[in-house]
Amino acid sequence: MDIATFLVQCFNALQFGLLLFLVAAGLTLIFGIMGVINLAHGSFYMIGAYMAYALAPAFAAHAGWGFFAALATGLVIAIALGYALEWAFFSFLYERDHLQQVLMTYGLILVFEELRSILVGDDVHGVTAPDWLSASVPLGDLMSYPVYRLFMSAVCLAIAVGMYLVLSRTRLGMMIRAGASNREMVQSLGIDVKLIYRAMFAAGVALAVLAGMIAAPVSSVYPGMGNQVLIICFVVVVIGGIGSVRGALAAALLVGIVDTFGKVLFPQAAGVLVYVLMALVLVWKPDGLFKAT
Amino acid sequence: MSDSPPLRAAWIAAALAALALFPLFGGKFGVDLVTKMMVFAILALSLELLVGHVGLVCFGQAAFFGIAAYAVVRLTPQSQPASIWWLAPAAIGLAGIYALFMGSLSIRTRGVYFIMVTLAFSQMAYYVAHDTPLGGGSDGIYLSLVPTFRLAGFELADLSKARPFYYFALFVLASVFAFLAVLLRSRFGRALAGIRVNERRMRAAGFSTYPYKLAAFVISGMVAGIAGVLFAVKDGFVNPELMSWNVSGTVLMMIILCGLWSLHGAVLGAFAFSLLQELFKSQAIFGDFAKHWHLGVGATIILAVALLPRGIAGFAFSSRVKALKHYPGAGERYE
Repeated sequence: MDIATFLVQCFNALQFGLLLFLVAAGLTLIFGIMGVINLAHGSFYMIGAYMAYALAPAFAAHAGWGFFAALATGLVIAIALGYALEWAFFSFLYERDHLQQVLMTYGLILVFEELRSILVGDDVHGVTAPDWLSASVPLGDLMSYPVYRLFMSAVCLAIAVGMYLVLSRTRLGMMIRAGASNREMVQSLGIDVKLIYRAMFAAGVALAVLAGMIAAPVSSVYPGMGNQVLIICFVVVVIGGIGSVRGALAAALLVGIVDTFGKVLFPQAAGVLVYVLMALVLVWKPDGLFKAT
Repeated sequence: MSDSPPLRAAWIAAALAALALFPLFGGKFGVDLVTKMMVFAILALSLELLVGHVGLVCFGQAAFFGIAAYAVVRLTPQSQPASIWWLAPAAIGLAGIYALFMGSLSIRTRGVYFIMVTLAFSQMAYYVAHDTPLGGGSDGIYLSLVPTFRLAGFELADLSKARPFYYFALFVLASVFAFLAVLLRSRFGRALAGIRVNERRMRAAGFSTYPYKLAAFVISGMVAGIAGVLFAVKDGFVNPELMSWNVSGTVLMMIILCGLWSLHGAVLGAFAFSLLQELFKSQAIFGDFAKHWHLGVGATIILAVALLPRGIAGFAFSSRVKALKHYPGAGERYE
């Protein structure tokens, strides 16, 4: 492997890892703070990708900015969707045990997938990146790297930093963390925990939808894409330690590296490598690399 | 009191008799459907052992089911039919080996971790079947020759015919049911019940709980493998969808539908949920919309969880309530 190929793969690993982080962060936050295991989280990623596909024609007239207009519209829809879903399906699940949460969210997956099939059909679609992001950066003499992938990594990185700042430096973040460790106490201090939960859930949905939307131009848009991401995100969350955002970031990057380089170095076993990684972590640290903060 | 032993025995005998008599008047479609239901009932029983009796919520049961089904197809020689006497144990053994691998790692974790880890490892099996030459890709593979079922040169049943296979499946279902009923009444079964109710206390009482849980996990995987063998022989065809989490989710729903803490509840649930699926798949009722039958199933699951937290047959979801149910009076605080 020469240096340019190596660099390309490093960028790919970083980009994949950061994308996984966006989805896994929502998953781990919703579990860590609200105690709900949400199997339907992958569906939000799928919904995001299909929204990118559906909204693209509507904003196509606006040249380069159409993509951002579509992103913004998608995010608004996602937050509304998350807010409504939390109210309708999740608000009463907090007190129930994991078995019921698993079943409820499994039922939601079936419904989302079928609605997608009814509304958009089962075909594979492509989404084009905006023109000014479709260039490539030359790397060495032969290789080049698409700007869009760098843009994806930059967006994910910015969100990761933003999330860290909000959670650790703001009053809102303090309330969220306090709500996670002792719900009753926070409530008795006069803070509306229900509202915080609902907002957190909407934020988690928005993260997954955003990940799906910005991933759409790189991966194609296809049925079942959400479930594939969900399973990898479970691996990420198990490796990182459930409830830990820091752990999710570290584990997502680790999974990104193992998956990307696995595909290059051991193409035969590529699909299995991340699970082997998870098995190794489970042997070593059954609670994940980072305990919940 | 449906719980009194003689009455329960009478119910089980009546159900067995009904199943035994069914092919006499059930048509071709009916026999095929009930055979499928019995296969899923075995799969539901395997998960019932884990979820209902050890308290391990496994979301990866499809892996064992699928591995055994694939093993049946892969191990059958091209030239002549295999004997079920070695084919079935080999396939079930492979399912058991994967259960040993999955169990030894996942039992180190608990709660939500356990759910996610079992789901992830079963998806690993799915991707192996889906993406590697070993599995034959997403289109699946056909079973070239149906295995024979002979004893000392005498053919006990022609498994390629619907009715003999029906009775074969019924026999296997009854045997699995009896085996699990005896197992749960044994010292081993009592230890599992103790682990479900209070694992810490069991450890304090001197039980090393890990080997018990692992043994239950492997037994469960092998029983799921039995269902997988039957499925492969019945349909003569396997594809990766057998290992998809749709199967795991379906089976989980089956055992919850009619009561989480009894073997007959798992069998009833398997029958009821299969019928529900057939209803939503029915072209006669839903017309063209029947191809979106997952929507109806999903909506039913959501409604069942939302509106009937204690389930359709008056079961309780919370393990704490269940634990206390064995001590009359103690559970009332939680009702």
